[in-house]
Amino acid sequence: MSKQINVALIGNPNTGKTSVFNQLTGLNQKVGNYPGITVEKKEGICKLPRGVKAHILDLPGTYSLNTTSLDESVAVELLLNKNDKDHPDVAVVVSDVENLKRNLLLFTQIKDLKIPAILVINMADRMSRKGISIDIDLLEKKLNCKIALVSTRKETGIDKLRELIADYKNLSKAQNVDTSVIAPEYFEKLRETFPKEDVYKLWLVITQDVNFMPLEKKLFKDASSFATKSKSELKRLQQKETILRYQFINGILKETYKVDVNAAKGFRATLDKVLTHKVFGYVIFLLILLTIFQAIYGWSEYPMDLIDGFFASATEWVKDTLPPGVFTNLIAEGILAGIGGIVIFIPQIAFLFLFIALLEETGYMSRVVFLMDRIMRPFGLSGKSVVPLISGTACAIPAVMATRTIENWKERLITILVVPFTTCSARLPVYLIIIALVIPEGSLLGLSYKALTLMLLYLLGFGASIFSALILNKILKIKSKSFFVVEMPNYKLPLLKNVGYTVLEKTKSFVFGAGKIILAISIILWFLGSNGFSDEFKNAETIVTNRVKEQGFSSSSEIYFENNQNDLNTGLESDTDSAALQQKELEERAISQEIASYKLEHSYMGYMGKAIEPIVRPLGYDWKIGIAVLTSFAAREVFVGTLATIYSVGNDEEETIKNRMAAEVNPITKKPLFNLASGISLLLFYAFAMQCMSTLAVVKRETNSWKWPAGQLVFMSLFAYLVALIAYQLLK
Amino acid sequence: METTVADLRRGQKGIIKEFTEDFLPIKLLELGCLPGNVVELVQVAPLKDPIYINVNGSHIAIRREMALHIALEIIEDNAII
Repeated sequence: MSKQINVALIGNPNTGKTSVFNQLTGLNQKVGNYPGITVEKKEGICKLPRGVKAHILDLPGTYSLNTTSLDESVAVELLLNKNDKDHPDVAVVVSDVENLKRNLLLFTQIKDLKIPAILVINMADRMSRKGISIDIDLLEKKLNCKIALVSTRKETGIDKLRELIADYKNLSKAQNVDTSVIAPEYFEKLRETFPKEDVYKLWLVITQDVNFMPLEKKLFKDASSFATKSKSELKRLQQKETILRYQFINGILKETYKVDVNAAKGFRATLDKVLTHKVFGYVIFLLILLTIFQAIYGWSEYPMDLIDGFFASATEWVKDTLPPGVFTNLIAEGILAGIGGIVIFIPQIAFLFLFIALLEETGYMSRVVFLMDRIMRPFGLSGKSVVPLISGTACAIPAVMATRTIENWKERLITILVVPFTTCSARLPVYLIIIALVIPEGSLLGLSYKALTLMLLYLLGFGASIFSALILNKILKIKSKSFFVVEMPNYKLPLLKNVGYTVLEKTKSFVFGAGKIILAISIILWFLGSNGFSDEFKNAETIVTNRVKEQGFSSSSEIYFENNQNDLNTGLESDTDSAALQQKELEERAISQEIASYKLEHSYMGYMGKAIEPIVRPLGYDWKIGIAVLTSFAAREVFVGTLATIYSVGNDEEETIKNRMAAEVNPITKKPLFNLASGISLLLFYAFAMQCMSTLAVVKRETNSWKWPAGQLVFMSLFAYLVALIAYQLLK
Repeated sequence: METTVADLRRGQKGIIKEFTEDFLPIKLLELGCLPGNVVELVQVAPLKDPIYINVNGSHIAIRREMALHIALEIIEDNAII
């Protein structure tokens, strides 16, 4: 086997770099994180002519090698560090034909690092429409490089690019610009101090962190120890370097790049006039949002029902087919229940990411940032906080990561801290089941009370995040300069392939990321619920059977009879024999349920629940809900799974959780446990509490401190407890 | 008072003269916002903030506070009112 060539794909944002990556690697790609940081690492394998293979690394988009964020510094680190195993043999710099001038800034910097470089000029299909003509041969000569004219939309030029990569050994390593002219003496001194190193490389190492936020700097070892200049001087020199490079580029493009100005304008300007309009812009944004929500809830219902049904029958099948025993129970009640709880979210998450990807791909998202910035600012947020807040309705984890585009540290921190208030998809199953139980039928203005409640909960989540942002903005004393510069890319028809990859990738990372935790918890719960050490647990069958004989059925069984009696009466069979038979069956089932719940009460989980009951009782919960609330501090969606596990442990009959919950009775009030007061209290608790370990972990990584996630956990949970307490006490 | 990017009206163009603050983010320069280049105002959000400009072929949005530090000379007066 021949050696793999290391290829780094690098380029400005919005140049179609990811499309080039997708076309080079196809589905041969994997997405992970760089060790220790949450910067996404995309890599793939590409087959080249003559049996050569290339390892392609898609570096985070950057405008230059002057890093201003963690993402960008990953790219620069890799280019500077020859010892990194991914250090490129060749850099493929992706540029877009309309913004070639700006893209060349980055290209010349890479050339000056003496890394063999290929320039990809993407979106070549737009050239004739935009009246652009390029003298490629001359440009190659002037830049001392090879150029591939590519259109990822028309899928042209990729073969030429493959050819060029395979031939990388023939690429020139000549530098383009002599940076030392910006400060000759300083560069001379550098050269003397480090005779073995290339000065431009040294320069980049020195200036690497001058634009960096204090937090992120810590992640890298201090490289500026040999910097003899102050930060402000270095920044001034960086500006000089940028101007110098633009002079060089302008000189070259004058001879090689022609634009017919008359052909250029049109579509973009018209669309911008409408989409960023003072009135229509907002109306359109609102309509798009409504469409997204409608789609997420309307369209995903169908696949979700299918998944639900599938797992219900799978559980039954396992119980029927496998020999009864601990192992079968583990599979049916622990593992299958756990996996089902993960898979059920896939439709909604996929839909949400589909829309976000579409909005990003078309270039519309930047317009939203533009429209919303001024509105968000009084709350200490930025226009760029809108995307995370919208993503938060799917999941706070990608939302927190999406805050990375916010340059201002204070605005970014506030966004991170308030995002978990938005109603994520994990709250949804909890909301749905409780709403179904406690909110009465009926409607207002054509909307059912249940739908209205759900909508209110969404508004509540959004309101809570805005309101706490306002408070945080007042409390947090962080001085940080505003660096709001947003590129407004040209409108593009989305490439379905790219959108598809994004959806696939995000869904996968949810399933395998959050999924692991949910599965683990449901197995632990199953264990704790189906094992116990006390005599009561071991002799549950006898104790309960005797109790029923002496005192009759418990009140929750009475409710159970009542519910099922109706079913019996409405049944077609009026045969008295079969009615008696069914009655007997019903009683048997009730006994086994009572045994199950008695066992549960005396299992490990039961004792744990009893221990925390005094804390949750004022909110209107019993110890079972207490357990469910407690376990859902790992992840909210665990709530339903926990109740399912609690109620189905030891229960042979398939019974929907909802019916079981409806039959639960409050031991003190003797009324149904899930009533309006306790239901609303639960809804409010879930709306505000910080119950997601994964989010806490991501916040820790993104803020590089335990201080913020700990604060989130304590504040949000106390607040949730208080609100739930007030609600229950007022309503009961 | 010096004329700045914040004074442009929609459709109006100007040539950047200088930056009245020392440290505008390097990103702005990288995107082509350099002295000598032409700026055209594309759109202004409500409350005149942020400001959407086309400079040197780069379409970017910046906040008003930053725009106030980019001094320019108006060259073409075909503003859309």
